[in-house]
Amino acid sequence: MADYKALEDLVIQVRRDILRQVHKVNSGHPGGSLGCTEFFVALYNELMERDENFKMDGIGEDLFFLSNGHISPVFYSVLARAGYFPVEELNTFRLLNSRLQGHPTTHEGLPGIRIASGSLGQGISVSIGAALTKKLNKDKHIVYTLCGDGELQEGQNWEAIMYAAGNNVDNLIVTVDLNGQQIDGSTKNVLPLGNLKAKFEAFGWDVMDIEKGNDLKAILTGMKKAKEKTGNGKPVCVLLHTVMGNGVDFMMHTHDWHGKAPNDEQLADALSQNPATLGDY
Amino acid sequence: MKKYIDTGKKDTRSGFGDGLTELGKKNKNVVALCADLTGSLKMDEFKENHPERFFQIGIAEANMIGIAAGMTIGGKIPFTGTFANFSTGRVYDQIRQSVAYSGKNVKICASHAGITLGEDGATHQILEDLGLMKMLPGMTVINTCDYNQTKAATIAIADYEGPVYLRFGRPKVANFTPADQNFQIGKAVQLQEGTDVTIIATGHLVWEALQAAETLNEHGITADVINIHTIKPLDDEAILKSVKKTGCVVTAEEHNFLGGLGESVARVLSTQHPAPQEFVATNDTFGESGTPEQLMDKYGLNASAIVNSVKKVIARK
Repeated sequence: MADYKALEDLVIQVRRDILRQVHKVNSGHPGGSLGCTEFFVALYNELMERDENFKMDGIGEDLFFLSNGHISPVFYSVLARAGYFPVEELNTFRLLNSRLQGHPTTHEGLPGIRIASGSLGQGISVSIGAALTKKLNKDKHIVYTLCGDGELQEGQNWEAIMYAAGNNVDNLIVTVDLNGQQIDGSTKNVLPLGNLKAKFEAFGWDVMDIEKGNDLKAILTGMKKAKEKTGNGKPVCVLLHTVMGNGVDFMMHTHDWHGKAPNDEQLADALSQNPATLGDY
Repeated sequence: MKKYIDTGKKDTRSGFGDGLTELGKKNKNVVALCADLTGSLKMDEFKENHPERFFQIGIAEANMIGIAAGMTIGGKIPFTGTFANFSTGRVYDQIRQSVAYSGKNVKICASHAGITLGEDGATHQILEDLGLMKMLPGMTVINTCDYNQTKAATIAIADYEGPVYLRFGRPKVANFTPADQNFQIGKAVQLQEGTDVTIIATGHLVWEALQAAETLNEHGITADVINIHTIKPLDDEAILKSVKKTGCVVTAEEHNFLGGLGESVARVLSTQHPAPQEFVATNDTFGESGTPEQLMDKYGLNASAIVNSVKKVIARK
């Protein structure tokens, strides 16, 4: 049974980390990061079987790939607080000579990162590759991926989605962050995604929704169900219904905070809505 | 001067296919991916021998590069196969982010490179791929000259840790390098010794350079002929040593003069030992339909074009 109090505390602390990272350098992507905070916390602290000592090869553990690399603030915070690197290093986000580049990369050797991402649409392909290698290695662990909903406008995704179903890549769970927003506005206005569930199903995936994508209990229940679906011949897609900017009232339900940092006052307001739980870095 | 014998015309892509077959037997971590061109890339034998290690991706090159990058995580050594055009320009961003920047051990194996692809025409004849690939930090770029060298290179790159672009071609060409050669990435091969001019060639132009050197020899001009199979990292030392002796250079490649081997050689010389240079390469143009021989002639990519350039460059000394 998950310790929900501890997870909730971590969620709040991660929100603070996200806000403080982007505020310090006046750049970065808080909206999507906040929307996926509960998912990342659940994934790294309850769902994944993972080796505390980072090894690039990831043999004998579950793997995670972030396709929409711009939500690096939440990724970095959760990795640091899971012990992959010192929490203080969050202070170096987007600074010169940092391992915490604007978008995640293996290039500076940050533990926890296995592929560079940022240019969108490549994560599902990479995850399929890692999943195929797991099968060749007779490694029963799962490959998790997160991608944005707007990101699905990139054509490569659909090459990958077709391949995974056609080749029974069933040790793969792709979660789509369904927040309905992208840089220029709502996905509906920029380029409608249509019925994603029907689309994934038509391609041959096992698809499920997590309607309350910012609720830890719903995420854990849903993702455990998704895990049970693996190994049955089909790749698994989870449509995670989230609210962009979740946890900070003035950042919610809008694309305005996709790639914009709060000013001093806004930061103070946002932090007051999320009082420190585990201590700031 | 040394004599080089054509032991029978063979396509370089068969050298790749046979090299891959050998690798399949000796290295269980080697996996092969193909985007619906298995026969053209001569990957059939690997596929038959190791169906579990062969991945038919379909006509989806971007996905192929991403999958290859992911497969390295867990120790596999992916060899991707498609035409050079679809191996580079079509998937540049995928190679850039998921392979090169991520430092993944992917071998991008590209057939039908250059104008000798022939009748299919310019949509398929890439003359820009060496430039695209050599600009990527950390990418090793190899362009082999014949069947034997392509086979040796295919086997050698499996033992090298890091991304590699291996370029070869479609037509049957002279096979003249030793079958038992020790292929060393980044090491130029001196084919002829001379004092009047240095000819630095890569890929299909290496055989043409040897023919040119014979013709020149009949006219009393002796040439250093150097086979640069590795365009990056470039063997600066071999180039400088030769040009310091001869005082001028002709570079020859089946590629646009912009971004190709010639420009890499020019950089080395201009910074360390300036010398007159002439370029045998395509002149910022697309190709067209025709037989490989007709195209090599029309676009000035053969022995006679090299001879003409040598005369020009010697006059500039």
